Amino acid sequence: MSELNTNNPALKWLEARLPIVSFVDHSLGSKYPAPKNLSYWWNFGSLAGIVLVIMILSGVFLAMNYTAHVDYAFNSVERIMRDVNYGWLIRYIHMNGASMFFIVVYIHIFRGLYYGSYKPPREVLWWLGLVIMLLMMATAFMGYVLPWGQMSFWGATVITNLFSAFPVVGDYIVTLLWGGFSVDNPTLNRFFALHFLLPFVLVGVVILHIWALHQAKSNNPLGIDMKGPNDAIPFHPYYTIKDLYGLGVFMMFFMFFVFWAPNYMGHPDNYIPADPMVTPAHIVPEWYFLPFYAILRAVPDKLGGVLLMFAAILVLAALPWLDTSKVRSAAFRPIYKWFFWLFAVDAVVLGYIGAMPAEEPYVTIGQIATAYYFFHWIVLLPLIGWFEKPRPLPESISAAARKGKAEPAPLTNNLGTTEKA
Amino acid sequence: MADTAHTAHGSSEGESRRDFLLYATTAVGVVGAGLAVWPFIHSMNPAADVLALSSTEVDLSPVAEGQAITVTWRGKPVFVRHRTAEEIEMARSTDVSELRDPQTDEERVKKPEWLIAIGICTHLGCVPLGQKPGEPKGEFGGYFCPCHGSHYDTSGRIRKGPAPLNLPVPGYEFIEDQRIVIG
Repeated sequence: MSELNTNNPALKWLEARLPIVSFVDHSLGSKYPAPKNLSYWWNFGSLAGIVLVIMILSGVFLAMNYTAHVDYAFNSVERIMRDVNYGWLIRYIHMNGASMFFIVVYIHIFRGLYYGSYKPPREVLWWLGLVIMLLMMATAFMGYVLPWGQMSFWGATVITNLFSAFPVVGDYIVTLLWGGFSVDNPTLNRFFALHFLLPFVLVGVVILHIWALHQAKSNNPLGIDMKGPNDAIPFHPYYTIKDLYGLGVFMMFFMFFVFWAPNYMGHPDNYIPADPMVTPAHIVPEWYFLPFYAILRAVPDKLGGVLLMFAAILVLAALPWLDTSKVRSAAFRPIYKWFFWLFAVDAVVLGYIGAMPAEEPYVTIGQIATAYYFFHWIVLLPLIGWFEKPRPLPESISAAARKGKAEPAPLTNNLGTTEKA
Repeated sequence: MADTAHTAHGSSEGESRRDFLLYATTAVGVVGAGLAVWPFIHSMNPAADVLALSSTEVDLSPVAEGQAITVTWRGKPVFVRHRTAEEIEMARSTDVSELRDPQTDEERVKKPEWLIAIGICTHLGCVPLGQKPGEPKGEFGGYFCPCHGSHYDTSGRIRKGPAPLNLPVPGYEFIEDQRIVIG
């Protein structure tokens, strides 16, 4: 830890009493060494953090005008849209921000899968990321209930009923979740309280996630460790400016939806007030839940479907051990690389099936895609690691850069570990 | 890599160009942030439905001489007092030059028998007493604020105590002889 380089007396005074300036400098500033070969795929972590901040800010301003009561919730949201100054803008930012958050986080996760960011020494970092994803899902689900439209109500009913699949205790759990005998005012009140709370829990887990990241440092497209000062550049200004540039591009994408297609990713049925007597003809979750919804429906057994859906996420926690390859980056794994993309296609197929009605041929396709989802993680991933012969890894990040591109140097060590050749 | 980037553009021309880019980017960023913040701040201002509630109609005919009613306008109490001849006389005989917030009674009422004023003490926002029979009216026969002891006269003007200003008179119109619209 080096001293703070400043002549500003006010900063020095503060630093002597609360070393916050150097703390930030070491965390996100010029004292944090990052691999010098990070690609744009590494922008999505900081983007996710920024989207979380946008969601919390827009959410707080929505909460100022929202009424969590079954008789008023729908109308209070309509009042936000019509009467509150710029209420439409704040709500559309929040609505589309949820989708943006999942787009960014899913890309961030797939980047981690491609470059092996879950492998030692980053297992805890990976788990914290999965905890973040689960918290996001819970928060997004409860937020979707708040406008108290038809999709809100029936989404809440269907998702809470998942827990009724558990034998013996299932019904008690559901009654507990509802605070009654159906989704009603007590449910709405607690969902609002939790929807407000969980984002701040998310911030806490994000801080742990970044803490774990700073312990292991960032992975990089080559998947090899930084071996010296030649392999690193300071996070500030190099990656702050790169992240800002990426943020600019991302905000154009985000704002396109906010201003020109604000309801593109939503369902029109949610502009009908909740009616506990009538279920909409075609009930679908938000797009970011569709692959998991497809896995749920692939099993013709209530408990089996629920368990498999939860397993689809939990299996990711075991990746550090399911993946037997010593090489992190798929750039050096000629076989795994193809199966990675096949898995990505499978995930998209599952998403498509999740949006389709539960009839043939979608049911069969969904079952095949679900089987492949688990086959990929539980069978393919360990086997490929054993049989695949990885391409030789470069000696170091700077050695690869000297060659002009990320082509491997002559084989010295294909273990991809930290020991020097 | 970082070092070469600096040395390659070490000329003074290169530096100023880089500085220009930095300042221009910062300026655009600051303006953009300001524009992005404004909708959020403005959302806390009164909404359209709140502004739509900004007028209140009051029927004065049931209020007999010497009586008073309190009506709500924009969520605030408005004192409507049917003054007696004696109270009007008290208000009009006061020497305006002695007042803390000089205003004649004529400036404060449209018809002498009707005093209409916002019933919120100009000190710190309590509602003064004196509307109901039996409540203290203060030393000047008008209103008395129990919070910090401000006394108002029969024209709602501040006479004694910490409040700096007279009770404000809202904009109102007589739409009929015995009917007003406030706001």
